[in-house]
Parts: sequence; structure tokens; C-alpha cells
Amino acid sequence: MKPPAFKYLAPTTVDEAVAYLAEYGYDAKPLAGGQSLIPTMNFRLAQPAVLVDLNRVQELSYIRPAEDGGVLIGAMTRHVQVERSDLVAQRLPLLHETVPFIAHPQIRNRGTYGGSISHADPAAELPAITVAHRGRVQLRSTRGSRWVPAEEFFLGLFTTALEPDEMVVEIALPALPPRTGWAFDEFSRRHGDFALVGVAAAVTLSAQGRVDEVRLVFMGVGDRPMTSAAAPAVLVGQEPSDEALEEAAQRAAQEDIDPFGDVHASAAFRRHLASVLAKRVLTRAVERAQAR
Amino acid sequence: MSELHTVRVTVNGTVYERQVEARMLLSDFIRHELGLTGTHVGCEHGVCGACTVLFDGEPVRSCLMFAVQADGHEIMTVEGLAPEGEMHPLQEAFHEAHALQCGFCTPGFLMTLKPFVETHPNPTDEEIRKAISGNLCRCTGYQHIIEAVKLAIKKIHHSDAA
Repeated sequence: MKPPAFKYLAPTTVDEAVAYLAEYGYDAKPLAGGQSLIPTMNFRLAQPAVLVDLNRVQELSYIRPAEDGGVLIGAMTRHVQVERSDLVAQRLPLLHETVPFIAHPQIRNRGTYGGSISHADPAAELPAITVAHRGRVQLRSTRGSRWVPAEEFFLGLFTTALEPDEMVVEIALPALPPRTGWAFDEFSRRHGDFALVGVAAAVTLSAQGRVDEVRLVFMGVGDRPMTSAAAPAVLVGQEPSDEALEEAAQRAAQEDIDPFGDVHASAAFRRHLASVLAKRVLTRAVERAQAR
Repeated sequence: MSELHTVRVTVNGTVYERQVEARMLLSDFIRHELGLTGTHVGCEHGVCGACTVLFDGEPVRSCLMFAVQADGHEIMTVEGLAPEGEMHPLQEAFHEAHALQCGFCTPGFLMTLKPFVETHPNPTDEEIRKAISGNLCRCTGYQHIIEAVKLAIKKIHHSDAA
């Protein structure tokens, strides 16, 4: 199918872009990589009257070291740039491990970090990774700018803290603490399809080898990235034994997610996958933490 | 709403300038405005990969871009792979290894694979499968396509052995 007619605006600066968003409000949609928005428009599920194309806003495309040891990523940075970034590989190994799971190479050549998190598909990788990393998102409008923690940015199915006149300009991802291991894994029916379930883990061990902190974030099993409360409750202060990790994974999959069933998999199967994947990523994260 | 935008774009080395509506997809622009019908349109929502072209050298789905966005950029379609009447080593390999039956998906595979075979002299089967994961073929079962990729790489990088 073909998209309906719309007014096309192609700003070259953030100031110009947010001025357009302020002018057109709810009628306008920012167009980032277009890998979700354009198919939605082709199906006419979305019919924005105005598209503000951000692809000529050069100032939004960068990957920079942050002073805290983390990384700052411009909203229009494409997945392929993150995938090939040495800085990301060094400082954000969890993100580095995850990016190849995003869709297919052609999609990663166009899709952007800011676009993915603004779209807020609960089955997408970057929202979950941004939450797992305790990232922060910088939003801009003509009214000014504000930082929103990732945990508060994702409000529900395709719903974020963005106001109609705001856009994401930057994502700040802090480095993982010392003695922290990480892992990401997902299960999809075919490589590159939206995963049935995905899980990101970051585990920090104390000098004595006990668990100091655990981040376990699920995707595809709720209306947003789902952060486990059970995993830290089970593990913090404990030796990361196989039994403890198993219990954490089982309880997280029982208590912290809200999977749905569809033609691809039942809710019960998704819950089962979530427990298996959670155990797998927790185990790998602990091994990596011990090796650091 | 029928406001027209000027698109000036280089396709296969030739500069074209057209007036188009903003909603015109790049895939339709290539086929209908430029008459380059080698780029095929399958699903029109970014799943099948049949419409893959090189955009500034990188494979992208032309059904997930608007033609206006290509203004000032460079595109290569399957017609640009080799001069008229000749075949690119990748095309030869697809032919020789029986990597197509109906051929509908083939232009998309070729454009996805062009940069891959040029930059991967010794890929593993796994790497090849990942490279083509965004292209669907309903005839071949992919095995012959993977064989063709290996054959093309042999032709391009190890021509003494071919």
C-alpha cells in the first residue's frame, strides 16, 4: 500500500526541527530512520499530516565519550554506526552485544537510536538496553530541554514521556560499574524477526564475589521494558550459585513480566522462554563479572 | 497536499531530476519515474528485502524511504551492477550455482550482497546467513544462494583458484 499525502519538512538544525514541532503539535511526526514509521504509514495505520524529517539534521548524528566513562549518542545515530563503534565496544559491551540482534542489516543501515526509543515498541532491543544501562534521554522542544531517566521514559505500548512538541536529541549511557558482567540474548522464530522474548542482564559482584547489584530487563513480555524486582531480591548479598541464579530467573519470569499470547507463541511459552533466557544471561553475566 | 518537491539524485552514475510528491516511496520513484524496473517491490513494509538498493553504498530497503529523502544522494540499483550485456561476478555466481528460480527476490539479494562479498573474502556460513537474513526467497531454500555467495567470493577475491 501507499502512504497518504502529508506535508514534508526537512529541517537542518534541531532549533528548526523543534520550531516545526511547536508549530504543528499533534499533527506532526518526526521522521527518523523511518524503519517503523514508514511501514506504518504504508499500511495507513499512521497518517500524520506533517512529517518533520530529521535525516538532514547532522548535529544529531554522533557517538561521543562522556566524562563519567559512559557514552553519549545522538538521536539520529544509526544502528550500524553503533554496531561498528569501537567506543561502544569498549565502554558499553552490553549495547555492543545487542545491536546485531536488531532486525536485519538493511534496517540497521537506516534505523536510529532516537527513533527506536521514541517508537517504544516493547519488543524492540534498544528500549530494554537503555533501561538496563540506566540510561537517560534528553528531550528538546522550543520550551527548553530536559533529561528523563529511561525507566521513566517508557510509559506503555508505543507510549513515552515525549510531549507532542518534543523530540529526543541525545541518549546518555553510563558505563557499567567495575566487576560487572553483562549479557543479552533473545529468542526469535527467524533471525532478525521481532523476538518472542529478549533479556538483558548486568551483574555487579563485590570484591568477595557476592552479588552487589543485578539489572535484569525483559523485552517482548509486557507493554514496555520490564525490569525485574525479583532478581535483585533473590540475589543481592548472595553467592551467585547456580541454584540462586535459577531461583532468580524463575521468580523473575513468574513475578515481573506480563506476557501475551498470539499466533506465534502462547503466553505460557513466552514465560517459559523468559525463565530460560534469564537463567542463561544471568549465568553469562556472572561469569564475565568473575573474569573482570 | 499535492505539493511537489524537487529530487536530484544520482542513480547508477546518471543524474536524474524529477518533481515528486513527498509521499512517493523511493521504490516507486525508481520504478515509475526512472523506469528502472529491476528493483522489485514485494511486501512494501520492510520484510521481504526485494526492493533493496544501495543508498550511498549501503544496502537499504527502498520501500522504507521517501524519494524526497534521496535528494542529493547516490543510489545503485541492480541495473548498475555491470555494464549492459555483462554480468557482475555475483550475478554470474547466482547463474552458475542455480541461486534463483523465479528470480523475483534476486535483485534484492544481489544488492544486499554486493558490499558484503567485496568486504568479506572468507566469511563463515553463519556470516553469510546473517548477511542475507533480511531477504526472503520462497523458491530456493537459500542453500544455493549461500553456494553462490561463496562462488562469487572465489571469483572476486581468489580468481587464481576459480
